[in-house]
Parts: sequence; C-alpha cells; structure tokens
Amino acid sequence: MASLSSYLILSAFLFCLGLAAVLIRRNAILILAGVELMLNAGNLNFIAFWRFGPRPELLDGLLFVLFSIAIAAAEAAVGLALVIAIYRHHRTVDPGKIHELKG
Amino acid sequence: MSVAFVFIALIALAGAAGAVFLRQIVHCVLCLAVAFIGVSMLYLQLGAQFLGFAQILIYFGAVTILILFAILLTRNSGPNLSESPFSTGYGIGLFVSGAVFACLVWAVRQASMIRQSTAVETEVSVQKIGERLMTEYVLPLEVVALLLTVAMIGAVTIAMKEAPEVNPADKPADKPSSPS
Repeated sequence: MASLSSYLILSAFLFCLGLAAVLIRRNAILILAGVELMLNAGNLNFIAFWRFGPRPELLDGLLFVLFSIAIAAAEAAVGLALVIAIYRHHRTVDPGKIHELKG
Repeated sequence: MSVAFVFIALIALAGAAGAVFLRQIVHCVLCLAVAFIGVSMLYLQLGAQFLGFAQILIYFGAVTILILFAILLTRNSGPNLSESPFSTGYGIGLFVSGAVFACLVWAVRQASMIRQSTAVETEVSVQKIGERLMTEYVLPLEVVALLLTVAMIGAVTIAMKEAPEVNPADKPADKPSSPS
C-alpha cells in the first residue's frame, strides 16, 4: 500500500482536474461532470484518512463516504434535470449564453 | 509506492484528464467513467470493498448513464465544430486550478502528521457496516432516504415537459384525443 501523502496528492490532482473542467468548459453538463470529479476526490481523501487514521475499526470515514455518495447522486439528478429544463427554455446549455433570469 | 498504486493512479488520472480536455462531449463522459472506475479501484486497494462496489454501481452504473441521457436530450446544443468547446478564459482557468494544485501539494508536504501516519490493518465486513448504519447512524440514514425521495420527485418535476396551453376553441369537441 502506498503512503498517505501519495493518496492525498493523487486526490488533489483529481480535484484540480475537476476544478479545471468547471472553469474552462462551455457545456453545463460537463461542468456538472467536473463537480462529480471533485466530489470523488473528496471521497478518496476521506477513505485515505480513514485507513491511515488512528481507529479505522470504527468505520466513521467509510460511512461518511457512503452518505456523501448518496448526496452526490441526488445532486447529479437534480442538476441534470435543471440543465434539461434550461435547455428546453433557451435552446442552449452554454452557461455564457444564458443571460436572462426571466422565464 | 507500489506498482499497483501507480497503475491505478495512472488510469484514474488519464480518465479525468480525458474528461476535461477532449473535444467531443460523449468522449468526455466515457473518459469520466474510466476515472470513476479508477477511483473505485483505489477504494478496493485501501480495503473499502463495500464502497468500491457501491462506487461502481452508483457512479459507473447510474451517474454516467444519467449524464449520457442528459447529453442525448440536449444534443442539438453540442458545440458546432467551428466553435471551441472551451471558454475564452481558458488560460486563467487552467492557471487557477494549477495554483490550487500547487497549494494543496505544499500543504500535504508540510504536515508532519501525514508523514508519520501508517495504515492499521482492520477487518471491514458488510455486517459491521450494517450494524453501524442501523444503530448509531440510523438518523442520517433516514434523512438520506428522505433526501433521495425528494430529489427524485424534484428532478422529475423540474424536467417534466410543461403542459401545452390548451385552448378549448381549437379542439373539436367530439373527436377522441389522439395519443401524443
């Protein structure tokens, strides 16, 4: 098993790739995909700290990630539904082209 | 650093990089699926078997398919190939994420607690996870169940087609309504 810091650096890299997707992409769906990637990096951090932490037999980090995955799934469903609703209204999913709030 | 870790890390990072930098949206989502598989392999390597398989089921099985369906439903909006799929602030975005990465790596390297910690071998059985979920974590479990129900209903309500405005004058009265 690799050391804790290598897991943390890997998850930092994944987080930054997700952040880059959020910042540079012009498609709202891929922005949501970047958010999912960042959530995955956070979950990986939880698991690494749980495994290398003082009392892994309590399973706290693992259960936290379980809840986090469930919430991320709910977020993905609602976010994609919002993107579809916006697409139906504006005929685009480019966040730069959606200017108005009025329905 | 073991060979297996390097191999899995390369899979996850290659998938994630493809998801960020490829031009075709569908290719991006398929690369994202590879990244999810890489993360689930890391969970398995860290000894969290239940979470590894939950990750495969939920992310690879559900979230990826959900994103693909959303792309299908919005397919006319894809970037016409003359237009760049990246925003105009491309360089700044890359710079910001690179700066965040440098900051995180610096913080990880600084902390002495991280360098000294070692993995403790422990037995993780699904039975233990279930016991913890049903005793100490039963309230969060119920709240998550409620959240998932509300999110599902909300997603359906948001994405549902708005009912067309029915004008009774246009509609012939005696004609049976045809299936739409």
